[in-house]
Amino acid sequence: MSELSVDHVLGIKYLTPQDIQLIHQTADQFKEVINRPIKKVPSLRDITVANLFFENSTRTKLSFELAEKRLSADVINFSAAQSSVKKGETLIDTVNNILAMKVDVVVMRHPNPGAGVFLSNHINARIVNAGDGAHEHPTQALLDSYSIREKLGAEVMVCGPATLIPKHIEKLGVQVELDLRKALQWCDVANMLRVQNERMDISYFPSVREYTQQYGVNMELLQSLDKEITIMHPGPINRGVEITSEVADSDQAIILNQVENGVAVRMAVLYLVASKIKRN
Amino acid sequence: MSQKLLLDATALNITLHRLACQLIENHGDFKQTVLIGIQPRGTFLLNRLTQLLQDHYEISDLLSGKLDITFYRDDFRRSNEPLKANSTEINFLIEDKKVVLIDDVLYTGRSIRSALTALQSFGRPEHIELLTLIDRRFSRHLPIQPDYKGRQVDAIDNQKVKVHWKENAGEDAVYLLKNKEN
Repeated sequence: MSELSVDHVLGIKYLTPQDIQLIHQTADQFKEVINRPIKKVPSLRDITVANLFFENSTRTKLSFELAEKRLSADVINFSAAQSSVKKGETLIDTVNNILAMKVDVVVMRHPNPGAGVFLSNHINARIVNAGDGAHEHPTQALLDSYSIREKLGAEVMVCGPATLIPKHIEKLGVQVELDLRKALQWCDVANMLRVQNERMDISYFPSVREYTQQYGVNMELLQSLDKEITIMHPGPINRGVEITSEVADSDQAIILNQVENGVAVRMAVLYLVASKIKRN
Repeated sequence: MSQKLLLDATALNITLHRLACQLIENHGDFKQTVLIGIQPRGTFLLNRLTQLLQDHYEISDLLSGKLDITFYRDDFRRSNEPLKANSTEINFLIEDKKVVLIDDVLYTGRSIRSALTALQSFGRPEHIELLTLIDRRFSRHLPIQPDYKGRQVDAIDNQKVKVHWKENAGEDAVYLLKNKEN
């Protein structure tokens, strides 16, 4: 297996285990590349990538842009804040206009779940989903799993206030735990997620202070466990809310390794997606 | 498919010794020299040569690395076969070093062209030489010639030269494969 089974990377659920393995193996090689004195390869020299960000993002956008540049692709950036979307242009029109400029790959962040899938049915370019609202953020999942790869195939438990845990999530084969201490005691790696206030149109918990008391990780809590667990966080961190500074900056945290791996994983995704665009 | 034996284990061993001696002739104690094997198949030859140089000719402190050229190839998105990357293991700079590129078969020269580009990411070497076990004389696409060669072979396009090593195929031998219908 040295080719993806899909044309677009829209979500983890569309990938096979072999695809994920291939992306991780390819990322290994790119991780070596980005640690060289000259961190650039010419693979995507004749590929143009458009980064379409209909929603704010720092890390993902920088990470994708760096990945594209290190693969020598031509890059154009678009953010909705400064565009005609504000003037009422539809998504397909916006994207088709950009594609008329001969773009091969579209990396898109959009607040609406399914925006990537919708686009892939209507336009003629490869799509990489860089987050579609409350739905999927596949490259984040790939870099998280890459960062704990030796534990792939691990058992997964989700923990948080009952109001934030999706209904029927246990049908996906994960365990649900409402008590943070029990969850930490059970796991080897804890991936702390940010409270995404921007997606919460109603109040899911009484106050941030109460959330921190129930679900915030601090040093005291970590040291009271009878083992040392690894702490991950996709960023941006709300210091003092889901995680204290002390924990975020400790040796147990691999948060900045995740960022480095993010570039390598995104290079792998773009390389593998582009390699399926045959040249005439 | 019919196959013809070009080099058997004894002949291959003699050739490896000759190549090692030629390297010593030009590089002396190898203090300024690095040997770079091209992934995947050049690394078998690299390992054999470094082993010979160290064990038989007592060259110590030999610097060697493995170079993967996948991301530098000129047939990305053109070949029908997807390209699979191998690992690059070069933990040093090649700035001002004498580099010997090592591969098993030199054919079109395109791999070597890619390797030359890839090497630029590791510094500016003093000069680069090329060592190949088999030099397929015909159908070169680029002006690239080996500085050291084990055996020159006149093979036409529908023929294939296959190098077997104990490590990957259980025997040391070089074969010329021919398509019968042609």
